[in-house]
Order: sequence, then C-alpha cells, then structure tokens
Amino acid sequence: MTYQHIGKDFTPPDIFGKVTGKAKYAEDFTADGMCYARLLVSPMPHARVKKLDLKAALAMDGVFGVLTADNLPPVEAPNGGILTNEPVFIGDPILAVAAVDEKTAEDAISRIDIELEPLPFTVNPTDSLRPAGPNAREEGNIYAGSPPQVGELHWRQDEVERFLAGGQPSAEAPIEWQYGDLEASFDNAAVILTESFVTTGYAHMSMEPRSVMSYWENGKCFVYGSTQSQSFIIPFLAPMVGVAPENLVYVSEYCGGGFGSKIFPYPIMALPAHFAKKLGRPVMLRITREEEYYIGSARVGFQGWIKAGFAADGRVSAVDLYIVQDLGPKRAGGDASSAGGAVSILYQPEALRLRSVPVLTNTTPRGAQRGPGQNQIAAIFEPMMDKAAQELGLDRVAIRRINAPDSNAKLNADQGPVTSAHMAEALDLGAKRWNWAEKAKRSGRRKGSKVTGIGIGQGYHAAGTSGFDGLVRITPDGKIHLHSGVGNLGTYSYASTTRAAAEALKCDWSQCEIVHGRSAAHLPWSSYQAGSVTIFTHTRANHVAALDAVAKLKEVAAAALGGQAGDYDIDGQRVFHRNRASRALSYGEAAAKAIEMGGKYSGDEVPEDIHDVTKRAVAGIAGTGLVGVAKDSLPMRGTVPGFAIGFVEIELDVETGKHEIIDYLAVGECGTVVHPLGLANQLRGGGVWGFGMATTERHVYDPQNGLPANVGFYQCKPPTYLDVPSNMDWAAADIPDPDNPVGARGIGEPAMGCAVAAVMCALSDALGGHLFNRTPVTPDVILSHIAGLPPTSGPLAINTF
Amino acid sequence: MNVKLNRRRFIKGVIASGIAAGTIGHGNAAAGGARPAEAVDRLLSLNINGRTRRVDVLPQETLAHTLRYKLGLTGTKLGCNRGECGACTVLIDDVPHYACSMLTHNARGKTVLTVEGLQQADGTLHPVQQAFVDELAPQCGFCTPGQIMATVGLLRVNPKPTREQARHSLSGNLCRCGAYDHYLNAVMRASGQAT
Repeated sequence: MTYQHIGKDFTPPDIFGKVTGKAKYAEDFTADGMCYARLLVSPMPHARVKKLDLKAALAMDGVFGVLTADNLPPVEAPNGGILTNEPVFIGDPILAVAAVDEKTAEDAISRIDIELEPLPFTVNPTDSLRPAGPNAREEGNIYAGSPPQVGELHWRQDEVERFLAGGQPSAEAPIEWQYGDLEASFDNAAVILTESFVTTGYAHMSMEPRSVMSYWENGKCFVYGSTQSQSFIIPFLAPMVGVAPENLVYVSEYCGGGFGSKIFPYPIMALPAHFAKKLGRPVMLRITREEEYYIGSARVGFQGWIKAGFAADGRVSAVDLYIVQDLGPKRAGGDASSAGGAVSILYQPEALRLRSVPVLTNTTPRGAQRGPGQNQIAAIFEPMMDKAAQELGLDRVAIRRINAPDSNAKLNADQGPVTSAHMAEALDLGAKRWNWAEKAKRSGRRKGSKVTGIGIGQGYHAAGTSGFDGLVRITPDGKIHLHSGVGNLGTYSYASTTRAAAEALKCDWSQCEIVHGRSAAHLPWSSYQAGSVTIFTHTRANHVAALDAVAKLKEVAAAALGGQAGDYDIDGQRVFHRNRASRALSYGEAAAKAIEMGGKYSGDEVPEDIHDVTKRAVAGIAGTGLVGVAKDSLPMRGTVPGFAIGFVEIELDVETGKHEIIDYLAVGECGTVVHPLGLANQLRGGGVWGFGMATTERHVYDPQNGLPANVGFYQCKPPTYLDVPSNMDWAAADIPDPDNPVGARGIGEPAMGCAVAAVMCALSDALGGHLFNRTPVTPDVILSHIAGLPPTSGPLAINTF
Repeated sequence: MNVKLNRRRFIKGVIASGIAAGTIGHGNAAAGGARPAEAVDRLLSLNINGRTRRVDVLPQETLAHTLRYKLGLTGTKLGCNRGECGACTVLIDDVPHYACSMLTHNARGKTVLTVEGLQQADGTLHPVQQAFVDELAPQCGFCTPGQIMATVGLLRVNPKPTREQARHSLSGNLCRCGAYDHYLNAVMRASGQAT
C-alpha cells in the first residue's frame, strides 16, 4: 500500500529542544519561592526506626520542615511507600527535609537523631528459601498468589542443595502453568538438554535522575515529573498526591530515559506534592545518581533450571522451565511467566510447563525493564538452540526457521492466537543481508589470541493493545492539531503515531501540529508508553479519531453545501462533492462551520465510551474547531507479537577474556515500518542494551552487610561507544499486520532480546559451543572456563561478587 | 551523622549505631554556609557564549551548578555529577570539559561555550545541531547537549575525523538509550562526510 506519511521519515518537533538545550526536563523547572528537599535514606538493608528526634534539625535557620512516613498515607506491604519506618533495602528513603537550599537541608539531616534496629536480611533468593533462611520483610519472603500477597516459603535443605547443583527441582513453586502433555512430548524427543542458569538483576540507570517539582495553586496540584507515559499517569498519580484527577496538572514534556522504570508514577514522585501542601510553597526534589540507583528500579534476576526436548527434525517438542525470581523487597513479578510465554511463541513447543518461585530480597526494588522476562530467557534458551542444532546436525538459522512462528502461531498457557507473525521471512531476510552462509564459516577462526564467534539470537515481546482514545482538532485557520497523550520516552512514537491521523485526513504534514507533553494541553487517554505497545495501539487510536473527523467534515459540508454526507470526499485539506467540484469547503472553513453547528462537531458533545481523561480534554477545546474523538474499538484477534533477530560477529581474546563486537545486524519483524529512522534507532539502541546485559551489567551486593558495590554508571557499566561496533546495520520484514490500520506492530523490547541472545550465542560459538548459562558473561568467567577452573562465583550466584 | 554513604562510613556507622544520610546532593542552591575569609572574589565576570556574565560564585561551586542554577543555562545536564557520563560537557577555550568536575572559579579568564551558544540569533542551527536533527540522533535527549558539545570540540581540532576517531573522541559521553550509531552518523554528516 502506498502511503503519504507512513513509512517516511519526518522531523519530530521535540528534537529541536533536545539539540538546542531548550528542552525542559523535570529538574529544569523552577517556581517562585521554591525550596529544596533532601532525603535521608537507610544505610541498612533491613531495619526498623526505633527513635527519631527532629528538634535540632527543625530549629535550624532555613529549614522549613520534615516529612516522615507518619505524615503520609499508609501503604500496604509490599507496595512501595513514599517514605518508610521499616526500610527494606539500602537507600530506602526514611524521611525528607525541606530547606532554603540543599546544603541547609543536608546539614539539617546531619542533626537528626535517629536510631535503627537492624533486622534480618538477604541478598540471595536461594539463601532465603533455606529452612531457616532470612525473610526480606517481616511479613515474609515471597510474593505470590491471586491476588499476590506476601507469604512465607522455605524449602528443605536437600531441595535447596539439589537446585543449586543443577538437579531437577522438586520443591514447591507457588506459580505454575502448563499446556500440552509434557511427558509424552519429552518421550518423543531425539535430543534432551538440561541446564541450570542464572541471570543477574541490574539497574535501569536512566540518564536523567528522577527529580520532581511540585506546587499547589488554586486547589490544583502541579507536578513536573519524569515519566515514560503522559495521560496514563493521571489516574494513578492523582490519588498518590491526594487530589482529584481533574485537579492534577502533570507536565512531562521530556523524559530522560525510563526503560520500564517510569511507566507508572513511582512513590518518591508524590513527595514534593505532599511537602508543598504542608509548607505552602513549591518543592523541588533533585535525585542524585546514587539515589537513582537505589530507587530507580532494576531488572528481576533469575535462578533457574530448564529442560528442553527436540525432535529429530529440529522441532522443539517440550520445555520444562523452573525459575526462582529475585524480586527485590517490594511488589514486582511477572518476569517468569513472561519468559514462559516467550518460549511458547518463539519455538512453538508441543508442551510447556512453567514453575516459578517469586522471592523477596533486600536489594533495590525491581520492576519492568526492557523485555522483562522475555530477554532473560532469550539469553539462556537461544544458546541451547545452537547446542541442539549441533547435536542434530542442523544449521543454526535452519533450526530457528523450522520452529519459526507464523500467523497460525499459538502462545502462553491458553495457547491463544496472534494477530500475525512472519519469522521465517525475517530469518531469510536477515540471513541473506548478513551473508550468514559465508560468515558462519568464520566460526572458531583463530588470529593470534583472538577467536571469532558467530551468533544469531531472537527476541520477542507482546507489542500492542487496544481500547485507548484518539483526539484531533481542525481549527478555522486550517491547522490540524493532533493531540497525543503518549509519553515522550525518546522513541518519537508520541509523534509517529499521529501520522496515522494525518494519513486518514489526507493532509499535508506542514499543516499538522502535534499537541503533547502536559495535561493542561488537553490530551486524550493514552496507553502506558512501555511494553512496545505504542506504535500499534496509538496508530489505531489516531486512525479512529481521524475517521471521526472525516465523517464530521462530510456532514458539515453536506449541511453547508447541500446533499448527503456520503456525496462528499476529502483530499488536499478540502472536503468536496464528488460530482460537483464547486461544492467544497477548505478544512478551515469546515472547522468554522463546525463551531457554528456545535454539538458533537465542536466537541460540546462527546461519545459516551471515551475515558474521563479524554472527556476533560475535549471539554477544554470545545468550541475551538472541528473535533474528531473516538475510542479504539477496532478488532484485535489475538496477541500482537513483536519480534527481532540479531546477527553478530565477535572476536574473543582467549588471553584476556575480553571481546570485541565486529559486526551487528538487527532485523525487525514488526509489521509495516512507520518511521524508518525511529525504527533504526530502536533496533540499534536495543542492540546496545543487549550487549550490556550479555557481558557487563549486573548487581553486586556484599552478602555480609547487604551493601551495593556499584551505584554509579562506571561500576554498573552500561555500554559506551567503545563497547559497541561503530556501524550497526538494520533491516525490517515490513509485512503489514492485519489488525492495525497501517499494519504496524511494536519493536522496542525484542530489539534488545535478540542482541543479548546473539552475543551469548557468539561467545559460546567462539569457545566450541560451551554454554555459560549466565548473564553477564564477564572476562573472569571466560578465563575460568578456558583454564578449566570452576566459576569464580558460587553456583547460581546472584547479586554477589 | 555521616552524609556520604560508603562502606567505610557505613561500618563505622553500624558500630556507632548511627545512621547515614543518602548522599551529597547537587551542591547548595544558594549561598548557604559560612563565608570563607578568602572569598573576596566571589563576584566573577565569566565569558559565556560570547557574553560577559556577572555572577556570585561560592569557592566550591562547580561550573555546571553555576550554569544551570545561577545563569539558567539548563541545557547543560547533570546525569551523574561525578565525571562519569559527560552529559554536562561544555567547551572551555574550545576544549570539551565536564562542567560538573570543574570549579567555576577556574573558568575565570576563559571562554565557556554551552549548547545554548551554538544556535545563531536568527534561529539557524549550528551545523552539528542540524546534523543531529537530520540523523534523528537523540533518543531521550538527556545526553544530547553533551554529545553535541563533544562533537563541536572534536571538529574544531579535527574537521574531518574518521568514524573510528569520532568514536574514541565521544567515548566520554554515555548514552543509556544506545543511540551511538546515530550520533556517529551525525558527526560524519556534520563534517561533510555523510554517506
């Protein structure tokens, strides 16, 4: 299909602020009378506040007040509170001081007399599962059930030892689901692989620390924050700050990175609003890099065991997956089930069982991180695919093609359908573009101390949803205002999804203005900006809103010029009679007529089924133009899959254990390409994330004191320019999805999963097929293997040195 | 009570049954604290973006702090405030520096160029800025001013860098989004070497 806007590059309006320095992130805002808050955070991994004397601090000049957990609404464990009297990790905020400046606030903190009672703690899930293992919280050590709640679970000592030794787990797992006949499918397998594995958690480490500024004015609460989402924040943040949604003004024009850690409002985000209400003045809370490590979220860690059966023709017949999850101390989870879901769709096994034990630890709180669950298991399962291929005498691309999901694919426990899938085509495209047949021959090639490794990896994430609203407005000056409630995470999808509206309105892009970034700009109810959902979800929402506007344009024209709405068509910002060309209105003239007609045409009446957020947005623009507004109720016949494939060549130095990535290609299988440069940036950026997960990024905790050892960028080690190849290629299958009006599906998360998997496979390939079964694979791990020594860390070591 | 959380202080703190505050913040926002006896030169004249700016500067104040919180030049970002990320990169006498790691008093008599000083008065973008737009180089954009200033600094000493030279020159600027490839494309475009 030929499009006017879809599939073509454009310049998103926010990029000018980014390159000129005019872009305002949360910390860049100020307000008259603004004071500064600082946090006192826990130095202990688990403790109880026994004594708190604030008198000396409050008596200081320049100190405006102190906020403690006792001044805030109570929160039921293990939900994260804003402040706490029972800190459950080092860095957990206990109280905040507001003062004329930060130095005064910190000086006041130093004068606070506080006494903590240390409580038992753990930084290792399997330590907690031992018979007398420590509980991360006083309420217990696991978070499971329906609905999930904190409980207590301890295994027998022999069950722990068996699990750590890589034996088939038999201990109780609170989460379990299965489809197919597992035993029969394993019986039919020609090759069965059994491996234990560990993937460590690690910090999101967004570039922008999550600073927040708030004030109250005329009963409204103004919050300047840093979130991935925009409109989606309102109904969650409003109760956190204690205000009705219609009285919350939320500004997040720019977000300096989130990667899953800023999907929803986070607890500390509400602190300045509460403080500002108490003090009667604006409050800025600036978060340091160290604090960002503490409260900025991290990936859920896995300690696991997996058994996979392969038929003689290479088909995956059965998978048995057991995962102990490291959830940190607060509410988290879902990663293990997502891992099971990813295996179910990528390899289409006849039978699959997932068992999971979600364990709480006194490490930093966890949350969704780019491909939560899917990407951990991609790092482990894809090298197993290579091993199976080797044992069955198959090419590594070929075994993936044999199992490749198509549009009849099923997934998850219920074996539900997908909207479409074309992985065989994507594999063929990638293998050809990357010249797999030739490059695979370099596998194991030796140049001095360097060995070549060739890897291929696949990534998956559900990538679309429905039911959100779209809003467009045509004003009498002929401008088309595309209201986007999508957050500005850096993917530019807040803008690229509005191109679907421009497409349906058949208008020039120069006539369009994107409205976004602050709730006061009248933004519709939009999905969370996460989970790779935006491009699918909001091209649909923009499309239906534009269709509503087109219908109204025709009705307005018929009312003004005679005839029936069906007699009219649109093009070139005009609505015209098909058979009488003289009967025509420009979009601007039609907008003026719509204002005159009122009612639904001008936004004075709205559809019943749109969200309250959208109703308020329409009320704010009613009478200013022709308003197109609608809820997306288009058909969606299954899970919307996003896929990506990575091809990588590395050189591994067997003397140092270090490697260099020589060449990388990412192939997106994500429906129609909407915004080529945006897609390229996601595929490449996801690749960089995958490289980091595979080889450098991890939590390091001192098991004796529960102290984190890597709270800065340098120690957390996200990849730099020198850790990635200077050229990263990309391609896309570009096959439309039938359940999206422009054929689009999401990509952000699988773009990472395929990369971590490809590098893991390449490392294995360079060393003759050895499976490391852990992330990250650091040089010391590689050198220990080459030297024939046991791993430098213990079995399934997680969060430790 | 300790205000800096680290292992040594934590262990000392545990022994003393005390407690530590979270971290040292971004520095004081106003002129808090005692005025040192030698602080007679606090009122500085700084050459910033071609203009002379008079500003009251504390002895321990970093250039990033002065730029952001006293002069309103918030294009200079603070990602770490400890010389790890490069988001605060500015040019001092044409050489890229981390503004978080330089005392403002050391900028006396030197020229300071921030991202706000690149765009022409008529709104025309600097060629490096335009190249970053054309290549859709930024993702979240938080590191972008630092990446741009590092690029401007590179091109002043090496107008036609190879991609490998550019990669090394910008390696002190972290991008968590992983937009490195697009940033390098922009460097090559800005230097007239776009392919």
